[in-house]
Formats: sequence, structure tokens, C-alpha cells
Amino acid sequence: MAKGRKMSNYIKLIALGLVTLFAMIGTNYARDLAYQVHAIIVMIVAGGLFLYTLRRTDEPKVAAAGLENEYFDSVIRAGTIATAFWGVVGFLAGTFIAFQLAFPALNFEWADGLANFGRLRPLHTSAVIFAFGGNALIATSFYVVQRTSAARLWGGNLAWFVFWGYQLFIVLAATGYLLGGTQSKEYAEPEWYVDLWLTIVWVAYLAVFLGTIIKRKEPHIYVANWFYLSFIVTVAMLHLINNMTIPVSIWGSKSVIVWPGVQDAMIQWWYGHNAVGFFLTAGFLGMMYYFIPKQAERPVFSYKLSIIHFWALIFLYIWAGPHHLHYTALPDWASTLGMVMSVILWMPSWGGMINGLMTLSGAWDKLRTDPVIRMMVISLGFYGMSTFEGPMMSIRAVNSLSHYTDWTIGHVHSGALGWNGMITFGALYYLVPALWKRESLYSLRLVSWHFWLATLGIILYAASMWVTGIMEGLMWREVDANGFLVNSFADTVAAKFPMYVVRGLGGVMFLTGSIIMCYNLWMTDRKAPAKEASLTVQVPAE
Amino acid sequence: MSKKSQKFEGDPNTTGHEWDGIEEFDNPMPRWWLWTFYATIIWGVLYTIAYPAWPLINGATAGVLGWSTRGDVAAEITAVEEANAPVNAKLEAAELTAIAEDAELGPYAVSAGSAVFKTWCAQCHGSGAAGAKGYPNLLDDDWLWGGSVEDIHATITHGIRNEDSDEARYSEMPAFGRDELLEKEEISQVVNYVMSLSGEPQDASKVEAGSVVFADNCASCHMEDGTGDRAQGAPNLADAIWLYGGDYGTLTETVSNSRYGVMPAWNTRLTEAEIRAVSSYVHQLGGGE
Repeated sequence: MAKGRKMSNYIKLIALGLVTLFAMIGTNYARDLAYQVHAIIVMIVAGGLFLYTLRRTDEPKVAAAGLENEYFDSVIRAGTIATAFWGVVGFLAGTFIAFQLAFPALNFEWADGLANFGRLRPLHTSAVIFAFGGNALIATSFYVVQRTSAARLWGGNLAWFVFWGYQLFIVLAATGYLLGGTQSKEYAEPEWYVDLWLTIVWVAYLAVFLGTIIKRKEPHIYVANWFYLSFIVTVAMLHLINNMTIPVSIWGSKSVIVWPGVQDAMIQWWYGHNAVGFFLTAGFLGMMYYFIPKQAERPVFSYKLSIIHFWALIFLYIWAGPHHLHYTALPDWASTLGMVMSVILWMPSWGGMINGLMTLSGAWDKLRTDPVIRMMVISLGFYGMSTFEGPMMSIRAVNSLSHYTDWTIGHVHSGALGWNGMITFGALYYLVPALWKRESLYSLRLVSWHFWLATLGIILYAASMWVTGIMEGLMWREVDANGFLVNSFADTVAAKFPMYVVRGLGGVMFLTGSIIMCYNLWMTDRKAPAKEASLTVQVPAE
Repeated sequence: MSKKSQKFEGDPNTTGHEWDGIEEFDNPMPRWWLWTFYATIIWGVLYTIAYPAWPLINGATAGVLGWSTRGDVAAEITAVEEANAPVNAKLEAAELTAIAEDAELGPYAVSAGSAVFKTWCAQCHGSGAAGAKGYPNLLDDDWLWGGSVEDIHATITHGIRNEDSDEARYSEMPAFGRDELLEKEEISQVVNYVMSLSGEPQDASKVEAGSVVFADNCASCHMEDGTGDRAQGAPNLADAIWLYGGDYGTLTETVSNSRYGVMPAWNTRLTEAEIRAVSSYVHQLGGGE
């Protein structure tokens, strides 16, 4: 045992040393700034780990007896902190760029090429989807899979590798965007070497999750884990195929995609829409299927519904991508299939909402007393709304009005802020007392404040984007009696100004709510009474 | 640790499994949900029969309705073109100067020209035609190449300093500094002289020397009095209207490195009727001659 550990330490040292050396050479030969900065970051991280490992080699290992009988929660605690942190960063970036659109002077000349809208926009989207959402998914999936499998996470410290590896991915992606390192694919902007790193981390994530399911002590796999597993597997497939690029140089960030023309566009939106379908829907439904029945303390409404809507959802979502490319170079047949499958997807999407909401039957009174339940319920409300709006917008006739307008932005945000944001906040409010062994949250009043600020903020956001989206769609197509266009593009931009300010204010409210949440969670750890020790012993085996 | 789900009188059966205290009821799927799901599937099958949908080996099913996006847009464009064909023919046949006065052609040219302008011209000249640095304001009566409707028509048709049209308007100001045609001090003098022409605040001590430099190097195009020459696109320097800016720094830059503003030839992209319409539109904006 000790010998094996020594051996693996030597392998680690060699690997880390080689990476450090390679990164050093990279800083020297770098062909662009993003690559150079990334090489420096990798050099510092790998070099630091090398020294850390070196100093611990041949040290006697502290005995970790009985660890197998405890859940692996330290990595989940780190995950909840990362979720809250990246959430605030992402919301702040979003609010700032919302105001940049309303007041272009905020694209400061001194920050041009670093903090102008074009650089900050992918920073915002990646921060909220992958940093906030991704950390929420990883942390909750680790929590849920252990509890519902009655088993400790498989793979020992591999879970820590997943956590820190993912944070490194986030830092490389974010700094890359600011420095202009992007392959210009929406929601898949990171360059080739960042993609490779994420692949390694993701495979480790799959191994930890699947390993835990395989060694579970429950006879059946709980529905939440079906959703989490489908999310992990599908995202891996999407990521690999959409990022098939050939680097221009091993010393530079630029690469060339192997897919030609409209096929590249199709693959990009096959990826893009399934980032919504599997990352933001299936993964978060996994979250919903655990935290709602736990918080409501009621059985899930219908097992049959969960099976049918799960399989229907994952079968149909994968077809829906072409609805992003209506009226383009994409052939009509692909566009039709994308639209038809999107409409059929309506009920399978709603299956999750029904199962969540009906789980509360018999516990509706808790809505009055428990603001955390309220948060989870409204997240299902927004989920239902945006999964109705989505199929509707995928219909060609509707899309010819809504496409390229702010309506799309509003739709995405009612889903992202309403569904993903609110269910994550609910999960965090559940997890923090559970993980830090507290009787309850520090303040339910503050949860209520968060609830109302976030809800009103989303309503301001979505409503203002409906107004500007439909308005600009109508202005773009407005023609006079002879069939001539009435408005120039700049006219439509100018007309949107007041609604852009309203949208920004919605963002401020949502951001404020999330800061209140961070304070509340922090104080829960600091001030809330601890749970009695006898209750905190957690035994995986049933 | 795991808190069990609460159960009440009258609850349905569960599936019998339990995970961390969570159970599942054995409820059937809601009827309305199931039937709506079936309905969307049936609709989907019918829709894919009606419209292009299923990929085969050498193409895809075309759909029994024979509909296509390209067919759709072609039909809409054809309808508008057919409706406007008679008036477009008249527009192309009319005397340029007579269009504005014509009761039918005048309003038509302005609305058609406005659409052309917003689509093709607004990117540089602004949607209100007020221009920007390097892109002339089309609302005022200061014209580089002439402000009659014929002049405007010729400028739009062939463009300025481009390679698309042999008849593009062309002239080139020497780069007096970069090509070392004038000393730094001489440039400073002539800039101060030019500023004096339109009454901009200037270094009066250099004006007199500048006037000599101007007469030797600039007057052949910009004229002795600096009022410019439209035949060469040489701007009027005495009217306090500036394309790039009339301050000392900008003028020094202009004299030293020259300017080379380009406009595309629009006869490669627009029909004659569209060019005539947008010429009429620009002419009536305020400065037409």
C-alpha cells in the first residue's frame, strides 16, 4: 500500500515536472497573448503542485480509518462556495454588459480590447452557465449520488481533481476571453488546449459519478441520477464533436475547425441547443428530483411519469438544434425536423414540471412558511414557462419574427435566471445547513428578500425583452405601401433604449438578491446553531 | 439521518423503493399530459408529410405542399417587383431633374430611396444622413463632387476612388509630410493659413508664410481663395465645414499624410431605378442644388 502510494507520487512528480517544463517553453514561444498568459498560469499551477507533492513524498500518511463509512462532503462544501462565488461574478458581469448596451460609453476607451462588450459577453455567459451552473451541477450531483446510492464517492481524491480541474478550466476560459482567445463558437469559446483539459476533467467526473453508482448499496438507481448521468455523458459527446479542431501551432491558441460551412453551423447548434437541453435542463432536473421531495418531505408524484418524460426528453432534445438556423443556408428538411421535434418536446419538458409541482400536493401549506420551497416552486414555474415559449419560438413562422431579436435573450434569461438560478438557490439553501451541520438557515426573512428581489428582477428582465424583441422584430419587417423598408437598423437600436435600462435594473435586483444569499449562507455557517452531534453521524449503508 | 417522506390518509401506493428517505408514488401519468403528447406526435407526423423533412440518400422528402423557404422568399420578392415594375420603368425613363416634380414618381422615389439608403448607405453616412468623421454629411449644402441630382446620381452610380468602376470619381491629395514635399515648419504655416480662412483661432505669425505655401502647393486644386473645386472633389476650406476636422492636429495629419476616402460603385449592386430613387432621396434631404 505504502509502496504503491510512493510509486504514484513519483509518476505524479514526473508528469507535473513535464507539464511545468512544457508551460515554461510555451511562455517563451507563445504566438499570442492569451496563450502566453495561459502558459504562465499552467506553469504556476503545475510547478506549485510539483513542489507540494515533492514535500509530501515519503511523509507518513495520516491514517484515514473508517472513511468508507462517511460521505465525501468536503469537496461538496467547496463546490457550494464556488457556485455562490461564480454566481455573483457572472451576474455582476451580466448586469454590467446590460448597462453597456444601454449606455455604450461604458465600453471605456482605456479598456478597449479587454472589457468592451464583445470581450465581456462570453465571460458573462460562460461564468453563469459553466462556472455557476457547472459547479452547482457537480456539487449537487456528488451530494445526491452519494445519498441516493448510500455509498461514498468512488475514486478517493479524484473528486478533488474534478473540482480543482474544473476551476482551472474556468480561469483559463475567462482569461482567454478577455485576452481575445476564442474560437468564436457560442458557449464553446475556449480554445483547443482548454477544450482538451476540460475533456480530461470531464472523464474524471464521469468516472467518479459512474463509479459511485456502480458501487451503490440501493437496488435501484434513483431518477435524479438518470438525469445527472445523461447530462454528463451527452455533454462529453457534444464537447468532443463540436470542438474538433486542428491547432495552427502547438504554441498558439488559434485552431481551425474540421467541419465545413453549414455543417459546422449545424454541429455548433446541435451542441448549443443541447448545452441547454442536457446541461441546463437534464442536469438541473436531476437537482430538482432530489431537492424538491427532500424539502417538501413528500414522495415524488409519479414514477411512471418520470420514466416516460426522461426517455422522451433525452430522445427529442438531441434533434432540436436546427431551430436555431431557420431561414439560413441550412436545408429546409433539417430545419423542419428541428422544429417538429422541438414542438413534440413540449410535453416531455413539462413532465418534469408536473412531477415537481404535484410532489407538493399535500404540502402546499409549506409555501406560506418556507421561502426555500417557494423558490423551488417558482423555478418550476419559470421552467414551465420557458419550455412552452421555446417550442413556440421554434415554429418557423414565430421564429421569422423572433429570431435575432431580444425576445431570444429574454427567453434564455427566463429559463436561466428563473429555472436554473432559482432551483440552484433552493439547493444551496438546502445544502449549506446540511453540509455545515446547522439546525437551520441563519435567516428565512433574508431568503424571502432574495426570493422577491430575484423574482421581480426576472420579471423586469423578461418583460422588457419581450417588448423590445417583438418591437424590433416588427420594425425590421415593417414596409410601406410599395414594399419598401421603413426603418434602418440604427432606428431599431435607438427605440430599444428605455427597455434596456429596465433590463439592467432587473439585473441589479437579481444580483442584489444573490449577494443577500451569500451573506445569509455565510452567516448560517458563522451564527446558526449547530446540529446535535448524534444526528450528524452519516452512514452510507442502509 | 435520512428523513422519510410524510404520508397522509388517502395517499396512493408507492413503488416500494426508498432512496435517502425519498419515495415515489405509483400514480398514472396525467391524462391531459399524455393526450397532448400524443397530439403533438400526430401533428409532427402530418407536418413532416406536408413539408420537406426526411433525409434520404440523394436528398430529402420535399413535402406534399411543395413549400420551401427559398420558394417563399422568391415569391415575396417577385410580388413586390411585379407590383413596382411599371413605376420603376417610368423612373428609369424620366429626366432625373423631373422626378421630384412628378406627382407619381416624386413620392415613390423618396420612399424607395429612403429604404435603399437605410439598407446600403446608413452604415457610413448614418441613418439620418448626418455623416461622421470621414463620411460627408448629406443634409447640408456643402458638396465635394456636386449637389445637383445628376452629380449625386453620378457619384452613387460609380462611387469614389474605388476599383469597381472605371468612371469612379477620382482625385488624390499629395501626402505633403510623408512624401517630404514640405518641411514640418511649412506644414505648420500652411495649416495656420487654412485655419485663418474660416476664422478658426490660429497662430497669426505663421499665416503670411502659410499663404505663400498655400499658393504654391494647394491653390491649384483648392483654388486661390480656398473655396475648393468640385470637378476634382477638392473641399472648400473656407466654409468651416470639415470632413475630418478643422483643428490644428487633424489638419496637420491631413496635410502630412493626405486622405483617401472611398465609396463603392453602387451600379454593381443596385438597379438603375434604385440608384435614381436614392439620388432623389439624398437630393431632397436639404442641400440639393
